[in-house]
Amino acid sequence: MAISRRGFLKGVAGGGGLILVSGVPFANARMSTELPPQAVGLLYDATLCIGCKSCMVNCKAQNSVPGGALYKKGMKAPPYESKGPKGDEGIWDAPQELSGKTLNIIKVYKNGTAETKDTAVNGYSFFKQQCLHCITPACVSVCPAGAFRKDPENGSVYYLAERCIGCRYCQLACPFGVPRYEWDSAWPEVRKCQLCRHRYAEGKYSACAEFCPTGATIFGKVVDLRNEARYRLTLKPGTEYDFPLKTVYSAEKSHRPVARYADGTYGLTEAGGTQNIMLSGVSFELLGFRKNIPHSDLPQLTWHYIRKILWVFAGVFTGGTAIYQFTHRNEKEASHD
Amino acid sequence: MIDTTKYVGPKWGGVINRFMADEYTLSDIDATRYVGSKLGGVINKFLDDTPSKDLGIKMVTPFTLVLVALIGLAAVVAVYRLIFGIGAASNLNDFWPWGLWIGFDVLGGVAMAAGAFLIAGSVYILNWKKYKCIARASILNAFFGYLLAAISITLDVGRSWVIWHPLVMWQVNSVMFIVALHLVLYLCTLGTESSPMVFEKLGWPRALKGVGRIMVGAVMFGVALSLLHQSSLGANYLIVPAKLSPIYYSPLLPYHFLVSAIMLGLAIVSFETLLTGKVFNHKPPRDVVEGLARGVMIVGSVYLVMKIWHLVTGPGVGAVLDGSFLGNLYLIEMTVGVILPLTLLSFRSVRTSLERIFVVDILVILGVLMNRMDVGVFGVSEYATRSGGDYFPSIMELTLTAGMIAFAILGFKFCAKYLPLFPESHH
Repeated sequence: MAISRRGFLKGVAGGGGLILVSGVPFANARMSTELPPQAVGLLYDATLCIGCKSCMVNCKAQNSVPGGALYKKGMKAPPYESKGPKGDEGIWDAPQELSGKTLNIIKVYKNGTAETKDTAVNGYSFFKQQCLHCITPACVSVCPAGAFRKDPENGSVYYLAERCIGCRYCQLACPFGVPRYEWDSAWPEVRKCQLCRHRYAEGKYSACAEFCPTGATIFGKVVDLRNEARYRLTLKPGTEYDFPLKTVYSAEKSHRPVARYADGTYGLTEAGGTQNIMLSGVSFELLGFRKNIPHSDLPQLTWHYIRKILWVFAGVFTGGTAIYQFTHRNEKEASHD
Repeated sequence: MIDTTKYVGPKWGGVINRFMADEYTLSDIDATRYVGSKLGGVINKFLDDTPSKDLGIKMVTPFTLVLVALIGLAAVVAVYRLIFGIGAASNLNDFWPWGLWIGFDVLGGVAMAAGAFLIAGSVYILNWKKYKCIARASILNAFFGYLLAAISITLDVGRSWVIWHPLVMWQVNSVMFIVALHLVLYLCTLGTESSPMVFEKLGWPRALKGVGRIMVGAVMFGVALSLLHQSSLGANYLIVPAKLSPIYYSPLLPYHFLVSAIMLGLAIVSFETLLTGKVFNHKPPRDVVEGLARGVMIVGSVYLVMKIWHLVTGPGVGAVLDGSFLGNLYLIEMTVGVILPLTLLSFRSVRTSLERIFVVDILVILGVLMNRMDVGVFGVSEYATRSGGDYFPSIMELTLTAGMIAFAILGFKFCAKYLPLFPESHH
């Protein structure tokens, strides 16, 4: 065989080199770990939350219109949960968990007699679960078809159903367990909060903040929200403070005493930082937020592996060619048959 | 054998009786009558089983009928899954998004295919001629392993009809994208590496020569792809440090996967060489099997050191000895797949006995497959159950996996009958 084995091997080596050269864009593919310039987000202060679930109702309503995160073509009513508390299944929309139909949920923590709000022992606290919009999102990095994107301007993490293949790697990768799947559909989509990005063009903002009556959830630029959270942590418990309603810039205020905060701001460093941040009177670990989430971005963990790939090709082809030449050195004449 | 003429009349009963006795062969069919002389001629040539007569492969046996039944059931499941969706067919849920099909079919199927690149690399690049006689079988075996993985992942993704998206919508940050690309490229490579058997059978010398020319390049490509693919399945889990149990999570997980796949690949090739020696009239080459056993011993030792190093530097040895579910799984997996085989292989009497090597091979295969299930399915159990998730494969998931295994076995048998799989036995 081999009319010109040497020539062929040159081609092989050249091809390997070509792959290496063409792979240069790989070097620039690493995800940004910086907060986007106009990044927006939410500040949820559990000590202000009264558990009215107005945010849940309005989240579902506002996201079931064209452009919304729950919208599907031909949709007539918002996707209500078919399950509910035992014995009352399907009577009303009573989400128990985030799901393919619920992007935002208020849950309650209870301990002992559950007398005092925002207290770990013999107290209770509400807490909110939804997408936290990571600065360097794992879901965006793991999606093999680029169905998850991070907006380069406002930083919202959104989903393009038409690209999704349904591998559910996003569900595995998300450290907060946020993305949910439409398990009951034959052509399922992944669902999660997209920060109401479809409402920005109309000058509106996240529905959960707009419809929160107590200012527990407020919308704004991440830098301003971080400042607000930092300021609240400096306030002495029991002193009065004007908490802004709806947005961090709002003139509408709620004048009330400051509660005792348990931890610092959640979301400054978790998974490399998130655009939604939280404050609470009960430690976040007790509220079910896992303690072992790394305080650095997750995509770097896989990126360290991926960036080596082209070197493996280069190594195998150059090393393989060298070894081949060596092991076949005595067969040169015989091969020209 | 049951005489079916009693039940369905002499005419059909006679046909069934003859079928069960394996008196029909596909070479009886003259394909030229149905699809024209040109294509028919090719088919006739392909289905001529005279060259492999001495292997004595019977296609109609109770075992193959069971395999066919399993494949049939799996096909029904596949159709159900495609019509009603992944949620209807499986017990997967938001906390347990990956289950049996990923843990066994994909992670296990791909790991089982690792033998091909090792044998192909040894034969075509290192020029270790003694392994040439098992090259075709191990490449074919890998082809079925990858086919199993490819079909299962196609059914596992929620939108099977657009599974090709990653091939055109590149996303280079994703290990899954790398996996998808490699899966497709390596299936093509394995097809190329297997094609000489087909061309030989059909008697197409020009095609044979053409493939021969690119063979070395294809083998190198296959080696690079396999090194990456085996490790990237482990790299999938690099991004879940908070979910995968620390017993398994390690920044070196890709290398754990690669080394254990190499150990498994060698064991599978050895197992299959010995098994084909048992069931077909074909003598397994002793020096090859002994060489593979040495390979298992060397690679297994490296793997053992890596795993111990991981335990000592990571969660601590106590983490697997605390009697927890995952700790026990880890102990079983390591005992069956690594410690027991290495102990056995340390005896010369085991290394030189084909029967005993066969036992060692089975242990390694079980152990490494269990490792893939442990990482892929059980490894996230602590996270999942804490979040309220529960998972046990549904009947449909189990049926499909069983059918996929049956498909691989039957496919291998079919190829052994109709393709020159063991070239040395014909000369």
